[in-house]
Amino acid sequence: MADTSGLRNDPRPLSPHLQIYRWQITMVMSIAHRATGIALAVGTLLLVWWLVALAAGPAAHAQAQGFIGSWFGLLLLFGWSVALFYHLCNGIRHLFWDMGRGFEIGAMYASGYAALAATAVLTVIAWGAALVLR
Amino acid sequence: MSTLRSPLGRVRGLGSAKEGVAHWWAQRVTAVALVPLTLWFVVSVLALAGASYDQALAFFAAPHRAVPMLLLIVALFHHAQLGLQVVIEDYVHQEGAKIALLLLVKGLAILLATLAGFAVLKLAFGG
Repeated sequence: MADTSGLRNDPRPLSPHLQIYRWQITMVMSIAHRATGIALAVGTLLLVWWLVALAAGPAAHAQAQGFIGSWFGLLLLFGWSVALFYHLCNGIRHLFWDMGRGFEIGAMYASGYAALAATAVLTVIAWGAALVLR
Repeated sequence: MSTLRSPLGRVRGLGSAKEGVAHWWAQRVTAVALVPLTLWFVVSVLALAGASYDQALAFFAAPHRAVPMLLLIVALFHHAQLGLQVVIEDYVHQEGAKIALLLLVKGLAILLATLAGFAVLKLAFGG
């Protein structure tokens, strides 16, 4: 007969309970990857509106530009840019994991901090360039 | 502990979802495509900072900008839809609500991608 001992008696690991689990950078970044992905998906609405407005004519374009140029529009754009750079940098981290690389604890933390630093640098460069070019 | 899989699961070799490699692979392919496309898009948006209506219009009229923009739209909405699908499958356990949300997300992704793509084509062909 088939060996069924593995069904019940293996010391299988349990999922961590968020309430009692000590928060650490790796799990925060994993959650943030998903959160920024959802935010970016919602943010595509703004991109589509802007493209359609541009194609629709000067009046619609002015309306879209007016919203994007408002304090609320700029706040959305800033949040969207941070989410984009984070998802991009952390996504590259994910691609290395997919190749089976960077799973050691040390490498995991190092790449995490590198992704956070790259996010900050890219955000500063982009908004610095936007201020200079406007 | 030698394995996390049950003997029956190991024999069948399909995992709990019975499929998924195509989804997983498409998510990675679009992710890789989006790395250069996204960086190109950010630079393009920066180049358009403070641009007038006519300048923005002329920007997308050039084929070497309309084509990557179309590629970005396809990869972006495909990737977003694949990602949102996983989120819905992870957190929505009521079967009816899950299917309704999946249909909504996929439908919206197709609608938005078509709207954006049509706008870019209209700009490109100057209609």
